[in-house]
Amino acid sequence: MERKDRGETILSQFLQFLFSGITVGATYALAALGFTLIYSASNVINFAQGEFIMLGGMLTFVFMQSGMPMPLAILLAIAIPALVGIALEKLAIEPARDAEVVTLIIITIGASLVIRGLVQIWLGKGAHTYPAFSGSDPIEVGGATLLPQSLWVLGITALVVIALWYFFSRTLAGKAILATSCNPLAAKLVGINTQWVLLVSFALSAALGAIGGVLLTPITLTSYDVGIMLGLKGFVAVVVGGLGSGLGAVVGGLLVGIIEAMAAGYISSAYKDAIPFILILFILFFMPRGIFGAQVTERV
Amino acid sequence: MSVLKRNYPLMILAAVLLMLPLVLPNNYYYDIAIRMAINAIIVLGLNLLIGFAGQISLGHAGFVGIGAYASAILPTHFGWHPLLATAAGAAIASAIAAIVARPIFRLKGHYLAMATLGLGIITAIVIKNEATYTGGPDGMPVAALGLMGFEISGEKQWYWVLAVLLLFSFWAARNLIDSPFGRALRALHGSEVASQVMGVDIVRYKVAIFVLSAFFASLMGSVTAHYIGFVTPNIADFFHSIELMTMVVVGGMASIYGSLIGAVLLTALPQALSTFEGWETVAFGSILILCMIFMPKGLVPTLAARFGRNGQEDR
Repeated sequence: MERKDRGETILSQFLQFLFSGITVGATYALAALGFTLIYSASNVINFAQGEFIMLGGMLTFVFMQSGMPMPLAILLAIAIPALVGIALEKLAIEPARDAEVVTLIIITIGASLVIRGLVQIWLGKGAHTYPAFSGSDPIEVGGATLLPQSLWVLGITALVVIALWYFFSRTLAGKAILATSCNPLAAKLVGINTQWVLLVSFALSAALGAIGGVLLTPITLTSYDVGIMLGLKGFVAVVVGGLGSGLGAVVGGLLVGIIEAMAAGYISSAYKDAIPFILILFILFFMPRGIFGAQVTERV
Repeated sequence: MSVLKRNYPLMILAAVLLMLPLVLPNNYYYDIAIRMAINAIIVLGLNLLIGFAGQISLGHAGFVGIGAYASAILPTHFGWHPLLATAAGAAIASAIAAIVARPIFRLKGHYLAMATLGLGIITAIVIKNEATYTGGPDGMPVAALGLMGFEISGEKQWYWVLAVLLLFSFWAARNLIDSPFGRALRALHGSEVASQVMGVDIVRYKVAIFVLSAFFASLMGSVTAHYIGFVTPNIADFFHSIELMTMVVVGGMASIYGSLIGAVLLTALPQALSTFEGWETVAFGSILILCMIFMPKGLVPTLAARFGRNGQEDR
């Protein structure tokens, strides 16, 4: 009897870590999809991706604070980062279009500092949150508790992934982006407006990040500086899944989230933030193409 | 090229360093000058890596942190002599750089940036978490740097120590670049394939330059720790890495004197902006973007080209 109890505790503990891992992992997956989208369209790794996650959460908080109903606040908190993404492309990436990889990386790092700095000046250094979408009474599953917000995170992430899949495989606009990522010159020759494709990818990628931020904030709080870590972990997810692979980005995100939660739970919670980076060093050393990079070449 | 002409910029630097104390009004300005010199030496090492080997490091502050904490921990907890601790820190940083460099340098572009970034972040997290030895987020005091009964203390003494170190570093870097090693590095930056065809072992050279820059960074971390007398984990964090990289980029990649100018300008900037909380970050970010768009080669090489001087001369 006692042994059975212990077995159940171990299982429920495992489930608990799994739930929190998948929840955070879904946000990493959204960020990773954003990275992949911009990388596919322009070969730029956008180090400002994390700031869009931060903007999503912070803007929702601000708009709700000012008395707006939640759905409107969320809508604005996704639309504004999308506009910021467009501005980033227009003002910073486009003028340096033909520059080296190092130059473009530095530009996006610069952009992330500007965004973070402005938010800090505007809203200060405090941590903020807002209520979960549908209450916070935990649901019990196999002895572990699952927050309703986690279900929102997973459900909406799944919807977004399906919508993206539909967009890229069934619509003309999506196929134009795919074509541009395969061969920009050929895409231009068949009449695709590659300029427009770039803008759309930055807007879409920023919106994806912001959605992640909007969903995650009721669980983890947000402040002006959460973007760096979330963005970097999203990038780890990209590398885990293999650069340029949409499926890889999603699997990579979930994997990074789960590994992080497991390691935090079973090994050391103090080193939680270090775990994705230790993981990345191992992956870079032993399988530099990521898990999906070698086989899967289709994008999102 | 005569010896005199070759060392012309170095002699100007020496003259400026000698004259500077005549115009520095008080310890506050000495302090800024010292910080500028410390940053200039780290940036010089980083510039050898970014500018000459064409490799980006987003985690260089990690190496600075290793040096700083070696100088803080080893004398305090284990009774080591500060100089020995400094050497140990530099050795550890170099060893870590050497171990990770080989697999990392087989990768390119984004992956390399990611690996160095991961390395830096892990270092910062270890420093924050091992509070028994490091004092955690609050930091810890550092013993004074003494040598044969003489202790270096006060801004004026440190100024001369840094002046000598700065001159030596620039002299060494200059000679390094004019050596076969330096020519190989420049060839590497120009075209990896071509230099490989000419018989340059590119991975070996990249590893060597990465180790050297880590060594510089750790050494200066130790100097910072002893000079300030206190260390906090901020010295190893991501923002410090970005600051260092901004200095390289603004001053000019692959320009020795650009490293000096970049370090001087961007060390002064936060002082000028210190009254505007948060604007410092915005300023750094804007400078990075504008610099990359309008003068991707950096200040010194761009100006050198504009005034029609031979680019080689300014290296």
